[in-house]
Amino acid sequence: MRPVIYVFSFLAVIALGFWAYRENYATQAGLRDVTALQQEIGRLREALAIQRAEWAYLNRPDRLRELAALNFDRLGLLPMEPAQFGLPDSVAYPPPTILPPIDVPTELSGTIGENDL
Amino acid sequence: MTTRTPLRPLARILLARQQGESPDAIERENLRLRHEAVRDRARGRAEFRLLVLAFGFLVIFGTIGARMGVLAATEPVEPIASARGAEIVAQRADITDRNGRILATNMSTHALYAHPKDMVDPARVAAELAGIFPELDAAKLARHFTDGRSFMWVRKVLSPEQMQKVHEIGDPGLLFGPREVRLYPNGTLAAHVLGGASFGVEGVHSAEVIGTAGIEKAMDARLRDPAQGGKPLQLSIDLSIQATIEEVLAAGIVMMNAKAGAAILMDVHTGEILSLASLPTFDPNDRPNPILPKDAEPGDSPLFNRAVQGVYELGSTFKIFAVAQAMELGLMGPATLVDANAPMKWGKYRIKEFQGKNYGPLLSVTDVIVKSSNVGTASIALMIGPLRQQAFLKSLGFFEPTPVELVEAPGAKPLIPKKWPEIVTITTSYGHGMSASPLHLAAAYAAIANGGVLLKPTLLKVNGPVSGTRVMSEKVARASISMLREVVTHGTASLAEVKGYLVAGKTGTADKPKKTGGYYQDKVINTFASMFPANDPKYVLIVTLDEPVETSGPEPRRTAGWTSVPVSAEITRRIAPLLGLRPQVEPSALNAITTASSE
Repeated sequence: MRPVIYVFSFLAVIALGFWAYRENYATQAGLRDVTALQQEIGRLREALAIQRAEWAYLNRPDRLRELAALNFDRLGLLPMEPAQFGLPDSVAYPPPTILPPIDVPTELSGTIGENDL
Repeated sequence: MTTRTPLRPLARILLARQQGESPDAIERENLRLRHEAVRDRARGRAEFRLLVLAFGFLVIFGTIGARMGVLAATEPVEPIASARGAEIVAQRADITDRNGRILATNMSTHALYAHPKDMVDPARVAAELAGIFPELDAAKLARHFTDGRSFMWVRKVLSPEQMQKVHEIGDPGLLFGPREVRLYPNGTLAAHVLGGASFGVEGVHSAEVIGTAGIEKAMDARLRDPAQGGKPLQLSIDLSIQATIEEVLAAGIVMMNAKAGAAILMDVHTGEILSLASLPTFDPNDRPNPILPKDAEPGDSPLFNRAVQGVYELGSTFKIFAVAQAMELGLMGPATLVDANAPMKWGKYRIKEFQGKNYGPLLSVTDVIVKSSNVGTASIALMIGPLRQQAFLKSLGFFEPTPVELVEAPGAKPLIPKKWPEIVTITTSYGHGMSASPLHLAAAYAAIANGGVLLKPTLLKVNGPVSGTRVMSEKVARASISMLREVVTHGTASLAEVKGYLVAGKTGTADKPKKTGGYYQDKVINTFASMFPANDPKYVLIVTLDEPVETSGPEPRRTAGWTSVPVSAEITRRIAPLLGLRPQVEPSALNAITTASSE
């Protein structure tokens, strides 16, 4: 019996060693991946910051004002004014919906209870 | 297994007995043999174990020795136990307006430096660099490249196009260092608030970005704090409103032939400054460093922030403080009549009204404000007395620099007369003799507008309620607001009326003091301090124009009512919709309705 246990323990040690070896390399590969990903995140964030800056630059009020003036023919944009506030009662009611005419005669039947009279 | 030999084998015992020998000798002999065999086996096993042990030690020590040898022979590498956190932040936090729109951000770029000793052809490099950068001098560069130095900065910041051109020179002696530069995408907008930034300690691999003025310098520690994780600093400024105010103010300066102007819009319930404009302005991306002539005023520099640093006599805008204090002390009410017989004689001084008018002999307190009577205010101030007047102005913050988050603010101390005789009491009551900045005025008017609580003016967005110190009762504040409203409806500021927004305010015209003493005859500072809507004031707007003159009439007009007031009205008309205020019908005064039963 003992030799069998010896053999199995040796095999177990070899298997564990193999597993640990693989885990070690997998961990190192994982760390390298994470580092690469973080570098990519850093690059993307930098790009994002540039794009945000560009967005802010393109939307600066001076430029928008000039664009609104240049494209006045098409857009007709003017600065906001107090007179542009509307009142609820100046909003028209929606037009009454016209129901489709009843062409096909429909039979209606029912009973009239005492309480309805 | 060997066969076990019995200790007393019968055949040998019988043979021994026949020969008369002792059978015990046989037993002893066998026992000895048996013991020897056992001993030999045990020794063999022990020897084997020692051998295994020795081998084990050899392997272990061999491994350790080999590992030590490897460690000693290789380059040290920091072991990585875990991945770093994903916090990759810019050097300096962004600055945004109250709605999150970017006012200042960072951009990565490169600096150019040279290792002249590595250069292949210094003369050609110098010529080509001078071609790319017009401000560089080829001869000077060539001289620097060949005078034996091994390092030299060429340019602090490059654009990507310029960097590509430098790459195309293709000389190994030209090198790039990464840089983050501060970028203000809106150009000159809110330049005085933002200030500017420049490089601190510069190295080849990075450079510090430090604030040089404005909020960039005042909040430098916060902006550079790595613990904040690059969280943007949110200001109380509103970009659209700031842009509108700067646009209208610039047009107003041109129309009123003014030298400069400033405007402040403040939320009266939080103390937040929604807009702080000072014109002329500058571009913080390229902060100028103007060299002023010797006799120039500090205000001649575009870097001068008039709204905060411009300490001027604010004129009649101060009158409401004397009136409010008198009402707070219970000396009078809005309808009390006071002496307003002009000119008033006080010792060797004569207190006159504007253009030598006389509103007297008696004037109600409300009319003192509406007509802006110097004499009436002086009488009120004399009733209050110097000590109480000083204490009240102090409580409104007029004796200290404003606590706003700008590096320029602590330096802008109000100019207070050293002694406070009664003549100073008189002149201070109508805004002469002591000087303060428009921001002081905004904070004090906000205290009236919000019902009597002085709040700390701030440029940072306020989340949640703020607490201030009460400087007057709500009733007095209400009465003061209705007086200011009357100034607009039938007083000196009639041009301030914006239909639907119930503007209340007070004009102020002050002569500019000469450096040599005395006052200029034709140089004034016009201020209009207003609040709207008067029935529930939400915002205070201060507009100041420097040396304005309105020339549409037969003779030039220099009173605030003709200069600052129309500019202020236009600003109100433009920004009120942006603030989300609907125009409203003015509620009639409560005392106009009386029920029949109470009569």
